[in-house]
Amino acid sequence: MPDHASALDLILSGDAALYAIVRLSLAVSLSAVALAAAIGMPLGAWLALTHFPGRQVAVVLLNAMMGLPPVVVGLAVYLLLSRSGPLGPMGLLFTPTAMVIAQTILIAPILAALTRQTVEDLWSEYRDELTGMHVGPLSRMMTLLWDARFSLLTALLAGFGRAAAEVGAVMIVGGNINGFTRTMTTAIALETSKGDLPLAMGLGLILVAIVIAINAAVWGTRVWSERQAG
Amino acid sequence: MRAPSSELPVVLENVSLRSGPTPILEDLNQTIAHGAPTLIVGPNGAGKTSLLRLCMGLTAPSSGRITWGGRTDRAPLRRAIVFQRPVMLRRSASANIAYALAQADVPRKARAARIAELLDRVGLAELAHRPARHLSSGEQQRLALARALARNPELLLLDEPTASLDPAATRGVEEIIAAAAQSGIKVVMASHDLGQVRRLAGEVIFLLRGRVHEREMAHAFFDSPATAEAASFLRGDLVI
Amino acid sequence: MTSRLGSFVLASLLLAGANLAYAADTDRSIVVASTTSTQDSGLFGYLLPIFKQQTGITVMVIAQGTGQALDTARRGDADVVFVHAKSQEEKFLAEGYGVKRYDVMYNDLVLIGPKSDAAGVKGKDIETALRTIQAKAAPFVSRGDRSGTHTAELALWKQSGIDLAGSKGPWYREIGQGMGAALNTANAMGAYVLSDRGTWISFQNKGDLEIVVEGDKRLFNQYGVMLVNPEKYPHVKKEDGQAFVDWLISRDGQATIANYKINGQQLFFPNAEKGS
Repeated sequence: MPDHASALDLILSGDAALYAIVRLSLAVSLSAVALAAAIGMPLGAWLALTHFPGRQVAVVLLNAMMGLPPVVVGLAVYLLLSRSGPLGPMGLLFTPTAMVIAQTILIAPILAALTRQTVEDLWSEYRDELTGMHVGPLSRMMTLLWDARFSLLTALLAGFGRAAAEVGAVMIVGGNINGFTRTMTTAIALETSKGDLPLAMGLGLILVAIVIAINAAVWGTRVWSERQAG
Repeated sequence: MRAPSSELPVVLENVSLRSGPTPILEDLNQTIAHGAPTLIVGPNGAGKTSLLRLCMGLTAPSSGRITWGGRTDRAPLRRAIVFQRPVMLRRSASANIAYALAQADVPRKARAARIAELLDRVGLAELAHRPARHLSSGEQQRLALARALARNPELLLLDEPTASLDPAATRGVEEIIAAAAQSGIKVVMASHDLGQVRRLAGEVIFLLRGRVHEREMAHAFFDSPATAEAASFLRGDLVI
Repeated sequence: MTSRLGSFVLASLLLAGANLAYAADTDRSIVVASTTSTQDSGLFGYLLPIFKQQTGITVMVIAQGTGQALDTARRGDADVVFVHAKSQEEKFLAEGYGVKRYDVMYNDLVLIGPKSDAAGVKGKDIETALRTIQAKAAPFVSRGDRSGTHTAELALWKQSGIDLAGSKGPWYREIGQGMGAALNTANAMGAYVLSDRGTWISFQNKGDLEIVVEGDKRLFNQYGVMLVNPEKYPHVKKEDGQAFVDWLISRDGQATIANYKINGQQLFFPNAEKGS
């Protein structure tokens, strides 16, 4: 991006570098949310419905993992993916894929923990009906997940917000490479360290605006959906 | 093809139900067999809901034994239960019925026809695509009945299904229940409305403080109850 | 309803995946671990597109402090290192991680301080200035991150006869971050800080700071480049990495470095050995 340009100038001139950064940020965070949902939501639902010795410990641990520090996750993934690490031969370090992996690890516990609570609450309401209808364990999970979909949507937004906002993990595993692994948050960190605080702030506002827009779109979808399905 | 297993008779042998040290139901020895509807009456807290839950297999007895058609396993293959406040799945009315059909292992191709038939039977044909949660309480109760009937049950249990409905809605529900009984389904229903009991009952079970106090045909119960408590109850006194 | 939702989710995933695939480079590329001064001063932004145009090789720069960059290479996560702390570079070479070290360019370090110059060091030579700062316990920001600049700073304290370990006090603030962050902090605290000229010139939050000491021979800051040893890490892209090294020290590369200016000022002075 050209020096000394304001964030507004960059938007209006359709600066390619800015748009590439926005696109990468969204691609990484949305992919991470999708993957984390595929892993975390069934896990959360299963934990809500299954009883086994040590279940309470598992629930407490899962809730605690919602607060995993991003920079620690970044470091752990870095050590895994480094050439001298166990997954080195895959050559994933300093790529967007590594960033998706790190963010997925960060968000999956959030989605799992929130899903567990939501499904557990719903189960206490649905238990008699579903047991009376002879619903098997797998069907039960899917029915509760589907019926809880509006609450789970909020959980997804929470996960996305966390991913889009963090800089520690993606900085370490991505390397903030210009044109390849530079996201909104790492770009803001960079411009701050270059002393271009107005540009950094402008980028920050763009990021916030995008996140608000996404939340608004999801809200609109939810309102429309609720009218259809109750 | 497996031989169709029957839910009836439901036999309770020396069944007791306790919650911790507190007794809820005690020393039940009852048989529920084919026939006219059995209505369960009694003051609040007598144990009507618990008795229905035992018969449905939702709760296991603390002691004693329950068998369905001679079986002790609790899989509810051909019995169904309707609660006072049914839970509607977050989807359309017809989708709710489709769900019940799927859980009853009705093949996909047969479902559309069955849905239409059941909606008709409960008078909800015009509301098929309405979100179930947007239905009135009377309509929701009728939908719950449709879901229960989807399983083609031999035994239909109902826990005060019209307690929160207005008279018009109550009549609609009673008509469906009466029709189901006519078609050969054994109806076992808890009710607090003595008028309803008169309208629907074949026999009456009077439950008091966790025990079966009386059990006889409806006209005998109303005209000449065997116990003083039953007489008191019929008069409208608070039976403690 | 479920299948519509499912196909929407699938479409978004594919879109996201396609974006990531686009971002992943399918052309020739190398990873260069370098310093924040070469990035923050804008040198790479100027140099690398020219290199790509000439060779078709994309250079992916991980900008860290010198110490961190060398560690990244030690782990095999870079193909080339381009840093500025000769003592650390020679250690790296001796450990067998590098193939050969080449001088590329130099710039100079400058001592930055508040315009009010409470310690009164303006215009002095660097050793006197540092001694004065320590004596008066004037606030001083250190990068504290084993970077080239940090290494040079420590060497200068030693040369000035000051035992930092003994005389460190609340006046000496180690922040463990890059040059830009150090300048931001010095601005906010009204403190002195040692910086490379390139980062200083392109820094945009100067506030009340200005150059207080410059031109001292002892502030000379040499940059070197090395290919990571393919014998240690067979996956190192040795042809393309060597191509980058060779270009930096070639007449073309050296001229390009000299051409990089901000506000008409040249920031880096090429000094590769002729004929290498």
